[in-house]
Amino acid sequence: MNDASPPAPLDIAALREEFPILRQTVRGRRLVFLDSAASAQKPRVVIAAMVQAMETQYANVHRGLHWMSERTTDAYEGTRDAVARLINAPDRHEIVFTRNSTEAINLVAHSYGRGVLRPGQAVVVSEMEHHSNLVPWQMLRDAHGIELRVAPVSDAGELDMAALERLLADRRVGLVAVTHMSNVLGSYTPAQRIAALAHDHGARVLFDGSQAIVHRRVDVQAIDADFYVFTGHKLYGPTGIGVLWGRRALLDAMPPFLGGGDMISSVTWERSTWADLPHKFEAGTPAIIEAIGLGAAIGFVESVGYDAIAAHEAALTEHALARLSVIEGVHVLGRAQDRGGVVSFTLDRAHAHDVATLLDRQGIAVRAGQHCAEPLMRRFGVDSTTRASFGVYTTGDEIDQLADTLARVREFFA
Amino acid sequence: MFEDLRDLYQEVILDHGRRPRHGARLAAFDATAKGDNPMCGDRVQVFVRRDGAGRIAEVGFEARGCAISIASADLMAETVAGLSAGEAQALAARFRDMARSGEGAGDDAAIERLRPLAGVHEFPSRVKCATLPWHALLAALDGKGEASSE
Ligand SMILES: Cc1ncc(COP(=O)(O)O)c(C=O)c1O
Repeated sequence: MNDASPPAPLDIAALREEFPILRQTVRGRRLVFLDSAASAQKPRVVIAAMVQAMETQYANVHRGLHWMSERTTDAYEGTRDAVARLINAPDRHEIVFTRNSTEAINLVAHSYGRGVLRPGQAVVVSEMEHHSNLVPWQMLRDAHGIELRVAPVSDAGELDMAALERLLADRRVGLVAVTHMSNVLGSYTPAQRIAALAHDHGARVLFDGSQAIVHRRVDVQAIDADFYVFTGHKLYGPTGIGVLWGRRALLDAMPPFLGGGDMISSVTWERSTWADLPHKFEAGTPAIIEAIGLGAAIGFVESVGYDAIAAHEAALTEHALARLSVIEGVHVLGRAQDRGGVVSFTLDRAHAHDVATLLDRQGIAVRAGQHCAEPLMRRFGVDSTTRASFGVYTTGDEIDQLADTLARVREFFA
Repeated sequence: MFEDLRDLYQEVILDHGRRPRHGARLAAFDATAKGDNPMCGDRVQVFVRRDGAGRIAEVGFEARGCAISIASADLMAETVAGLSAGEAQALAARFRDMARSGEGAGDDAAIERLRPLAGVHEFPSRVKCATLPWHALLAALDGKGEASSE
């Protein structure tokens, strides 16, 4: 938050009106949706933008010389501008649309990993990566002779910066690929310091911003990142659309990921040449409607404002930690100083799945399991956790319901 | 508050889920297999000791998982003791049907003992919690070593 004055508090009641699904009842009770970190609900403006695009101006993009195609292309490319503005990218051509974060990371692992990194170099990930920022690097390691190094997290759930520095010391690391915010612990990582450290040791840096960008403003230039990825569906947008941002010089040096239509400049039997950025990395007909939906989602987030979102969610998280920590038998994973709206916990004598089933009976949706972060679970010595995660529409009242119900869950399994 | 969940979490299940009687590796065993549900992280390893006639003398297990999966493993260990491999397979098939449909499967003592688990059929995401130990048992009897929850 850059502003000196605190942001005006959100009008949550009005905001919730924008999310039609929140009026649904589950098992006869009002839905308490505490699973936004898995995928967020969609505001009316996103739904309307997608429907309107299909009803009034739909055609393929970059292909037709007709009115419909031009309008659709404008809308699709408009989202690229919106993303560039959202993350303060210096150049709109550096925004590549993908299906999701997973595909964006795989694109970098493939094109930068095999095209630029050399066997014998290393990639560093952290202990708190989602599998989607781990498995692509394991695949690169096995296929391309790249060493994979793992930076530990502390018991508090914070990235161990001293250990990261030691991993970088031999200057063999080509890329540091770490989360900007853990989907399990809620911890933010100090992106700017990580980037500076990586650059001091001759490495590039990729941030998995899937969670981070939902809760806070991201400025890729201020961070001094080299790559930044996020996924539309967690940012109140549709599924099927994600973003890779990369510095132009890096993207230019990388070979294409997928081959096909739209990504070429010329094709003969002998050879093809690649289209300019970003089209080089957008083979085939893209997720047009979803990109338009993402544009609307970004508009929504900007209209609410990151200062207000961050303040609201910080208050919710503090409230949740205060309420949960006084329930006997509840143990919250991680105590990071700098955290976003995600809280994972275990309950003595009750497995996370049993907890989730009981909560669900009261209309409370949480996630239970390993959260696609099995190595992190092992690091903290747990098989699974229950996770409550918050969005702009989450209320303190919902957190109270979670805490009150958890106290009863505890009695049930006592 | 959770009265409507008593069907799923019957006293027998809570009891065996909390204090399984067979929840340990056997000191000596003839067959073993692991079962794994990668979606949720449930994991079980089943150990089988056979008697001189080749029937199941004793089953033990090591597991991490929810109350349903632990209770299911424990009741399985209890009900398959004394059965031949073929009989255990037949009971497994009947149990699976009961877990999926909630009904039928006969009225012999073994299936009645397992009936408290029939409540899972109303919770599609939890059916595999109940069936995972059985998959592992069948894999052990087949000499396969690994089973998946599907
Ligand atoms: C931190 C993090 N990274 C990556 C992902 C993968 O996102 P997606 O499945 O949309 O590719 C997720 C969410 O599932 C996540 O929380």
